[in-house]
Amino acid sequence: MSAVAVPVSPETDRRVDELLTRYPRRGSALLPALYLVQDEKGWISDESMAYVAGKIGVSPAFVAGVVSFYTMYHRKPVGTHHIQVCRTLSCMLRGGREVMNRLRSRLGIEPGQVTADGRFSLEWVECLGACDTAPCAQVNDEDVALLDPAKADALLEKLGQGR
Amino acid sequence: MAYEKLLLRNIHRDDSHTIDVYLANGGYQALRRVLKEVSPDQMLEEVKTSGLRGRGGAGFPAGMKWSFLPKTRDKPRYLCVNADESEPGTFKDRLLIEKDPHLVLEGIILSAYAIDCHTAFFYIRGEFHKGYRIFQRAIDEAYAKGLLGKNILGSRYSLDVLTYRGAGAYICGEETALLESLEGKRGLPRLKPPFPAIVGLYGCPTIINNVETLANVPYIAERGGAWFAGIGRPKNTGPKLFCLSGHVKRPGVYEAPLGTPFMELLNEHAGGMLHPDRPLKAAVPGGSSMKVLPASRCDVLLDFDSLAAAGTSLGSAGGMVMDSSTCMVGALLNLAEFYAHESCGQCTPCREGTGWFVKILRRLETGEGRPEDPDLLLDVARRVEGNTICPFGEAVAWPVSSYVKEFRSEFDDHVTRKACPFGAASVR
Repeated sequence: MSAVAVPVSPETDRRVDELLTRYPRRGSALLPALYLVQDEKGWISDESMAYVAGKIGVSPAFVAGVVSFYTMYHRKPVGTHHIQVCRTLSCMLRGGREVMNRLRSRLGIEPGQVTADGRFSLEWVECLGACDTAPCAQVNDEDVALLDPAKADALLEKLGQGR
Repeated sequence: MAYEKLLLRNIHRDDSHTIDVYLANGGYQALRRVLKEVSPDQMLEEVKTSGLRGRGGAGFPAGMKWSFLPKTRDKPRYLCVNADESEPGTFKDRLLIEKDPHLVLEGIILSAYAIDCHTAFFYIRGEFHKGYRIFQRAIDEAYAKGLLGKNILGSRYSLDVLTYRGAGAYICGEETALLESLEGKRGLPRLKPPFPAIVGLYGCPTIINNVETLANVPYIAERGGAWFAGIGRPKNTGPKLFCLSGHVKRPGVYEAPLGTPFMELLNEHAGGMLHPDRPLKAAVPGGSSMKVLPASRCDVLLDFDSLAAAGTSLGSAGGMVMDSSTCMVGALLNLAEFYAHESCGQCTPCREGTGWFVKILRRLETGEGRPEDPDLLLDVARRVEGNTICPFGEAVAWPVSSYVKEFRSEFDDHVTRKACPFGAASVR
């Protein structure tokens, strides 16, 4: 195999190697390997894709196809606090748009953007499967339930906005 | 007689997700007995007798699906648990995974035993971070107690369960897309036949079952298929988790026998409508992909056959409720945007059709609709339905055609007024 620069830490590299034998076929390691890289780097660069492709034994183009198919892989950096607000019907019936509007005006960014200091990013997300807590959101991998504009303010306070 | 809760029996206990609490309340007793006294074939027969139908959306009898596996054993067999719960309005599997993972796991082990499978996969949607952590911990606990791995509880039966996280794609809840994803690819549904029972994961015979389906199996093992078949209605047997969200007082997951009246679920379980002065306008009892029912036709029983007779489907039982303040054009536009975003793009009618739906609905909602638009929506829906590799085509065509047909005057009204009659209060 040609020498591909290793763009990840030795620890991540070791964990990716472990994945290669975890499943009956090596190919299945692709999605979890991408998660490992993203967990370390925060996003998935061309370099990271080439690295994962080399590990799995597929082309970088194949990896790019997979990365672009799934919404949870980031092709550019997101904020330290990545806020995703659900936009699907049950949340919209309960005021999801007002929640997004408040976050938008408080952070001064639109969905898909990152604040200049890199601390916050905002995004619409499709149904999170938590419609009993509508309107709901996620901050990184934590669920946020039963939001309204006031609770959106409180959430930003808690995350240290304005400090 | 008061209904005895089964699937949600444990969820209110403290630390209900831990193996100690599950064991202290009789957990894994059914597995212990089955591994000693019951053959895999007998276990499969019990599930057939129970009449258990799949809880993921299609309602296919689980025991019959299992019996489609080839008799030859030249390849490994796999069980894939579909925990990719993504149908808008559906959040029942999340509850089981987070609150009673060992009930699900016991169901997985019993089902894998029945089909003589030694490797099972738990495919969970990527957004379920908490559920993933809890379920992985449940698996680790089970290994430590000898309930997974080699020679489970001293028997000759061995099973490994591996978790696999999806990464944000509604389509991966479709069983063959799930298999593609599990193989490390884009989640594009496969043509059927061959069915996964014959050619599934890695080309091997594979059974895919929904989380809730498998959570019933410990009770079938404990009390028998005939007992299970006595719950609910003929051919629609057993307990069921019903989700309700939208304009209701208490959105949530409620357990009741199949065949429970929708109005009972709405008024008694979910506490009725959110605002007393805004009556029920429409409901989708089965989840966003199913046909909408106007209030006048919501007096239906919640089971597979009753809802089919009423012109809709039980689906994943992700009930959504809309009151009189809801603009149906806006509501449909919201769903159309969901489907346009989630179409995998493989089949032209779906990829292009979903884009057309959004475009037409958006101009209707913003007052630029044309008189022919409602009929155009119906026409495009007809061209999508039945013309795609997977049921995603129906999943978008059904809401579109039913919203237009049931609420036609509202669509026409958007055209004549050159505006949304609900103004800024519309869903959008």
